[in-house]
Amino acid sequence: MTAISPAPAPVGADVATLLVTSKDVQADGVLTLELAAPSGGRLRDWTPGSHIDLVLPNGLTRQYSLCGDRWDPSAYRVGVLLEPESRGGSTYVHDQLQVGDLVGVGGPRNNFALVPSEHYLFVAGGIGITPILPMVRQAEMLGADWRLLYGGRQRGSMAFLGELERYGDRVLVRPQDEYGLLDLPGFLGEPRDGVRIYSCGPGPLLAAMERTCGNWPPYSLRTERFVADEAGAPARTAPFEVELARSGTTVTVTPDVTVLDALNSVGVEVLSSCRRGVCGTCETTVLAGRPDHRDALLDDDERDVNDCMYICVSRSRDDRLVLDL
Amino acid sequence: MTTTARPTAAVPTSDVDPFSHEVLEDPLPMHAELREAGPVVHLSRYDVHAMARYDEVYAALVDWQGFQSAAGVGLSNFRYEEPWRPPSIVLEADPPKHDAPRRVLQKVLGPRALRRLHDGWAADAEALVDEVLTRGTTFDAVGALAATFPLRVFPDAVGIPQEGRENLLPYGDHAFNAFGPANDLVAKGAPRVAELSAWVNAQCRRDVLAPTGFGADIWAASDRGDITPEQAPLAVRSLLTAGVDTTVHGISAVLYSFATNPGQWQRLREDPSLARVAFDEAVRWESPVQTFFRTATTDVRVGDVVIPEGHKILMFLAAANRDPRRWADPDAFDLSRDPSGHVGFGMGIHQCVGQHVARLEAATLVTALARRVRTIELDGPTVRHHNNTLRAWESIPVRVTLD
Repeated sequence: MTAISPAPAPVGADVATLLVTSKDVQADGVLTLELAAPSGGRLRDWTPGSHIDLVLPNGLTRQYSLCGDRWDPSAYRVGVLLEPESRGGSTYVHDQLQVGDLVGVGGPRNNFALVPSEHYLFVAGGIGITPILPMVRQAEMLGADWRLLYGGRQRGSMAFLGELERYGDRVLVRPQDEYGLLDLPGFLGEPRDGVRIYSCGPGPLLAAMERTCGNWPPYSLRTERFVADEAGAPARTAPFEVELARSGTTVTVTPDVTVLDALNSVGVEVLSSCRRGVCGTCETTVLAGRPDHRDALLDDDERDVNDCMYICVSRSRDDRLVLDL
Repeated sequence: MTTTARPTAAVPTSDVDPFSHEVLEDPLPMHAELREAGPVVHLSRYDVHAMARYDEVYAALVDWQGFQSAAGVGLSNFRYEEPWRPPSIVLEADPPKHDAPRRVLQKVLGPRALRRLHDGWAADAEALVDEVLTRGTTFDAVGALAATFPLRVFPDAVGIPQEGRENLLPYGDHAFNAFGPANDLVAKGAPRVAELSAWVNAQCRRDVLAPTGFGADIWAASDRGDITPEQAPLAVRSLLTAGVDTTVHGISAVLYSFATNPGQWQRLREDPSLARVAFDEAVRWESPVQTFFRTATTDVRVGDVVIPEGHKILMFLAAANRDPRRWADPDAFDLSRDPSGHVGFGMGIHQCVGQHVARLEAATLVTALARRVRTIELDGPTVRHHNNTLRAWESIPVRVTLD
């Protein structure tokens, strides 16, 4: 039996800051983190292929695919590979992040959505298995015809092998030290209509997939690059100022409140609805400053323009944001 | 259920018929009664559980895992009963099937996609207001404005032809009646169902739709494989079903709100930027969409009550929107209130995907009206339009004075 909580799900600052509730080794160099709302309430909904932006306590922001169970609304799970050339993201997660720590979370957003089909082929390389894991579960649930080719350096470094066992012959596990490079043409077969191919993994794998699928019908292949740590502008943990261009008011936003609430507290009402960065009602035009986007709406290109933000969850990277209010 | 579970308390029961004409004429006393009866009330007439308090309605709306939509969001349970038309691929679907069509519609109707429509709709609104005011300063706010403006801008935005647009309102009216019981309101629409459905379905075809617009955007998504070609016409159908009557009644609601609250109209005149807030406050206050059903996917405990798996749950959005546990002075239409968080558009993964379209239509019309109209008041008895799901007006006679 499930029980519904009479209290509404957490909103605003509470959904944008989550608690690390477990940290487990999955394979050599791969661990999973589970995250939950400090209040224990519902997290924002997600779909297979989604990632979250994890804002680490050291100020670095990293993106990780969700690989848990979307039917459990109170937990996220992400898989994190220890990168030898880490610039501080994965090393921090592996060596320093502890159960009980708080992390900032943006999204979930999905640039790699599973589209409807009766036939799927999945190709995962290494940690690229993470977005594929919920996809194969869903394909199975829908009764689709699907197969997964999963490669890695060696068996011991490949995560989630146990969880994949239940799918039997649909999953081909091909560690490189046993089988050599993945046989993509052999796995994909002849080009044909009606098949959706999903692949996630390191750059060379995806380049090989693009080549191999070159003569498949358009839109057959969808890929997501597993991006190694990149240096990004650090998120702020300090207060910032929001200047309202039309009214001339300036408001200080401390880490424990949202921009929306900070504005409300000085009598500036901005219409909102979900207060979770999902519905888009509180879209506000940004005139200056770079927002720290925590919503589930804008894609990467739209974020980079920095011309609008959803103030129920998004914050600021700069000392000062100027909004068209 | 296990034997260790807490005992189920006696559920308060009511024999009220929420779909009777008496209640549809004025549902507010019933809403108050059901809210006071408890967090969950059993409605004996239909053997369904009902929620009328804000917290429970909100929690049920967002909990798609426990409260499913694929068994229908009306009284009819699709597990046992044949739907009157092929089910909606968004409203009457659950994850995972719900994911792809929802994602496509959310992008097509998203706030960023609507920016390009703003200036044109603002000009259309001014033109309509000028036309109406040229004819005179007494008019029916429903016929002249609320039922006219959405039909001028929305079908064009979707990209359907001019011919036959008069079918949109009766089709939507029947679709929203069909969420209720098979009463006289459903019977009234039945004779035209086949004809209207055939017309609506024909408008969803790619070769009928304009080369640009929401309809074309949906078909383009199917070219990319984001949805299937079989889903594209059903996604267009969702816009034509849910995008017309709802906004007509939403705009009626905001016009009625102002006509009966002169102080609030003056407030809007002083600060026209309140137009968007005014619309949402009117959606909270009147709740054009009064109710939706869900179906329990498991034995769900709400407070001390267990709703058995497979049972229908009736959520009174309108009652939640006036729950004094959530809203101060809930019966007042008040522009100084922050209506954010009302459930008039629903909440969660099924929240109205066209809400930004509705807000844009309403805000441009109200803004155009505020530019020219100094006062607006009722000019005769108003007439309700009864619908099993919608709170609607047949007629709102008004008298205005101009600057």
